[in-house]
Amino acid sequence: MSKNRIQLMLCGGTGCHSTGSKKFEKALQQELEAKGLAEEIKIVETGCNGFCAVGPVMLVQPEGIFYQKLKVEDVPYLVEEHFLKGRPVKKFFFVEQKNKATIPHMNDIPFFSNQVYRAMRNKGVIDPEVIDEYIAREGYFGAAKALNEMTPEQVVEQIKISQLRGRGGAGFPTGMKWAFAAASPGEEKYVLCNADEGDPGAFMDRSILESDPHAVLEGMIIAARAINARQGYIYCRTEYQLAIRRLDIAIRQAKEYGLLGENILGSGFSFNIDIYQGAGAFVCGEETALMRSIEGKRGMPRPRPPFPAHKGLWDKPTILNNVETLANIPQIIIKGGAWYASIGTEKSKGTKVFALSGDVNNIGLVEVPMGLPIRKLIYDIGGGIPGGKKFKAVQLGGPSGGCIPEHKLDTPIDYEEITKVGAIMGSGGAIVMDENTCMVDMARFFMDFIQDESCGKCTPCREGTRRMLELLEKICHGEGQDGDIQSLEALAEVIGQSALCGLGQTAANPVLSTLRFFREEYETHIKEKVCPAKRCVALLKFEVNPEMCKKCGLCFKACPSEAIAWKKKEVAVIDKSKCVKCMSCFDKCKFDAIF
Amino acid sequence: MNKPNIIVINGQEYLFTPGETILTVARRNNVDIPTLCHMKNATPTGACRMCVVEVQGARSLMAACTVPAGPNMVVRTESELIAKARRMIIELMLTSGNHEDCLVCPATGDCRLQELAYKYQIKAGRFPKTKSRYDLEAVNPFIIRNFSKCLACGRCVQACNEVQVNTAIDFGYRGARTKIITKGDRTLKDSDCVFCGECIQVCPVGALIPKDAYKKARICDTKSVRSTCTYCGVGCQVNLHVKNNEVQHITGRGDAAPNFGSLCVKGRFGFDFIAAKERLKTPLIKENGAFREASWDEAIGLVAERLSAIKAKHGADSLGVLTSARISNEENYVVQKFARAVLKTNNVDHCARL
Ligand SMILES: Cc1cc2nc3c(=O)[nH]c(=O)nc-3n(C[C@H](O)[C@H](O)[C@H](O)COP(=O)(O)O)c2cc1C
Ligand code: SF4
Ligand code: SF4
Ligand code: SF4
Repeated sequence: MSKNRIQLMLCGGTGCHSTGSKKFEKALQQELEAKGLAEEIKIVETGCNGFCAVGPVMLVQPEGIFYQKLKVEDVPYLVEEHFLKGRPVKKFFFVEQKNKATIPHMNDIPFFSNQVYRAMRNKGVIDPEVIDEYIAREGYFGAAKALNEMTPEQVVEQIKISQLRGRGGAGFPTGMKWAFAAASPGEEKYVLCNADEGDPGAFMDRSILESDPHAVLEGMIIAARAINARQGYIYCRTEYQLAIRRLDIAIRQAKEYGLLGENILGSGFSFNIDIYQGAGAFVCGEETALMRSIEGKRGMPRPRPPFPAHKGLWDKPTILNNVETLANIPQIIIKGGAWYASIGTEKSKGTKVFALSGDVNNIGLVEVPMGLPIRKLIYDIGGGIPGGKKFKAVQLGGPSGGCIPEHKLDTPIDYEEITKVGAIMGSGGAIVMDENTCMVDMARFFMDFIQDESCGKCTPCREGTRRMLELLEKICHGEGQDGDIQSLEALAEVIGQSALCGLGQTAANPVLSTLRFFREEYETHIKEKVCPAKRCVALLKFEVNPEMCKKCGLCFKACPSEAIAWKKKEVAVIDKSKCVKCMSCFDKCKFDAIF
Repeated sequence: MNKPNIIVINGQEYLFTPGETILTVARRNNVDIPTLCHMKNATPTGACRMCVVEVQGARSLMAACTVPAGPNMVVRTESELIAKARRMIIELMLTSGNHEDCLVCPATGDCRLQELAYKYQIKAGRFPKTKSRYDLEAVNPFIIRNFSKCLACGRCVQACNEVQVNTAIDFGYRGARTKIITKGDRTLKDSDCVFCGECIQVCPVGALIPKDAYKKARICDTKSVRSTCTYCGVGCQVNLHVKNNEVQHITGRGDAAPNFGSLCVKGRFGFDFIAAKERLKTPLIKENGAFREASWDEAIGLVAERLSAIKAKHGADSLGVLTSARISNEENYVVQKFARAVLKTNNVDHCARL
């Protein structure tokens, strides 16, 4: 790398972009130049650092000082204090929620210290647009080893030993998948990378692609070696423009360096990668639909068998792996499968990346060892629930998954254990919900998504999810009837049993899991026409309970349509004829007085 | 050693050929599995899910039409779970769109949904009826597309793309908005459609019907008579659906060469000439500027006489024969034989459009 005295690893991920990292970078560069520091201090724009919640963030190397929430107007002060006078600026340190202690070093911040970086090992450490920085961190060593020192069988063997399982959701053993495709007869084979990432609340793959695109390319090269493929495609949703740009640059640079294309590293092995931009249909993440989409057809699943390992893209043997799965491959080849399998549980090895979102303090991207209790994920890394609210549940696996309530929070992160409690590991979306979340409404949200994204091919999914959505909407609108829960359950069973692809087969999971843990919430909606979490607008009266009202007037100030009358030391009154049901008063009232 | 190709269905062992689906093996052995979207002559799509069965060891029910039979596979075609699934699927179909006016639907009696609903005794009722989002389309001379009856089974798509290979239609949109569309969702008349009508024939319900269907008898009220299409020498086998001695509809005959059910726009829709008043039924001879009816013997006698006279006076090459692609090869062979051996001329030609 370079010989600069200080490197400023400024996060250039989508999250920090949106909180102003670009403007900050420009101002910082100008200031460094103005102060004559530009020679010795270099700004490096990295991929997503993961701590999006406190962005824009910057790591000062080699000291390891971590700055958060940086603003353009603070640039002169920061440069003066830290880079001229050598005094790190406390004002931008991370502050712990609990005891308000400031933590200067990144490695001491609980968000980072509980994590283990494997798939994201280069996150925030290298400039993703400079191949030399990747190479300096053992980049392409795995590919070189696989091509020049190992047979395809040995490559597959190491992946099998690592017990790596597909990170795209289903957790299928990657080594086994590769072995099938390797054994499949055929001259022409393909390696595909699934970067469709359609789950609401998921951004793991995007961040990996943005922060370490070469790791994914290298994983694909190794996969190609294992099954003897000549061509690979990365199927990336077109919304991920930054990821696509960085992949483009990475592919070009890898070709210039002889790491991709004809006769890679003089090994005689040739492999090419192209990017295919998908239009963002959720169902195109399903493997057979994805392949049809690359073939230029409508992305619709087809029945399996035949499985892609035998008949995949253009009916040729194909492996499809998720971004995160592939990003783990180079390290497994360099360090050996046994190294990878050294952490985790009996059947779930290594690490898993999660995108923490929802009602949690540290929204962002985290990578944790398998076996970690979900409680630690949410409280130690996620920093708990904001605003002193109570935790209610965490949704894992998005629209195909389920929720994990408080009393199951000690479930370890493990494919089988999570399935036992009615959720799924999924691809890593973890949406945290506090006590203000209505679980019926949450299930309705995901059903709405699913029924919109169903490809429309098979009857149970196309028609059944529409019926389930109708029932959920009815219940949320206070029109629920006796028997609705039974209808939901009957539909759920048939859709799960008879839908054609994974989308339909898992579509009812959010409903089933909320029914399992929060059945009484459904019943209260139906029988008493009350939404206990006060989220279903149709079930709210928009009245103030005089006994609970503390006469603070917060609701009065929050109301945008002047529907609330209040005077000091008097109970607030809502004029229903003026109320627009925006919920602002509910959100503001600290005493639960509005119902 | 190869495993024997034996599959167990409902406790019985059956032989299969690798590549055969569970459905094929079952049907060959008279095990009934209900289907709706399945078509004999196209790739199975597994869309409707009516044919779900239990396969031992599988996580969920499997579609018999797409799952290949495997050695030692153990299959059940009836169980409580299977019945639940099939009944629910029928119920879901019945409540999607308008399936309440069977009394005035041309497909009644020839409708797969009716058949299934009857077999499983399903009445719609649990779910609210939902109207179709799409209006009926009738802006072409041949086909009515009634989207409120469409089950999105995809048979028409298979027929158009795989059987006729006209690629005029496919699935469009998603979820409950799913619609069978042409490119750019235009009307059929502004699409690549050639109005072969293959899609009408495979539609299991009344979503695709001939334009004049409402003026004709329903298929179920007609008698089916096998015949050969008169339009060209291919000799497609047709069923004439006849009522009151009038042809009401023509469909292709699925079980016979050469067409195995397919027809073209003329063969399927162009039959109003059969009952037309202007249709010629006897030979006509022109005398003094006016036609009069004649017998075949008289007409052929007159032609022979006149041909002989012309030949005697002007020579054989003053005659020529124009024949037609509407008759068979054998008949065309006889015509040229007649020209060369009887008239003694090589002036033989034909017009493919006659
Ligand atoms: C509806 C649906 C959507 C999916 N979306 C994705 C996706 O966005 N990304 C992904 O990697 N896998 C997705 N999958 C899983 C893939 O089908 C496939 O199993 C996976 O990409 C295989 O890679 P892996 O073994 O490395 O996980 C989806 C599956 C279904 C049924
Ligand atoms: S389950 Fe849904 S998404 Fe999958 S094939 Fe059926 S309709 Fe399409
Ligand atoms: S009439 Fe023929 S060409 Fe037109 S949509 Fe139907 S099958 Fe396709
Ligand atoms: S028009 Fe008929 S054949 Fe085509 S999808 Fe609809 S119901 Fe099936």
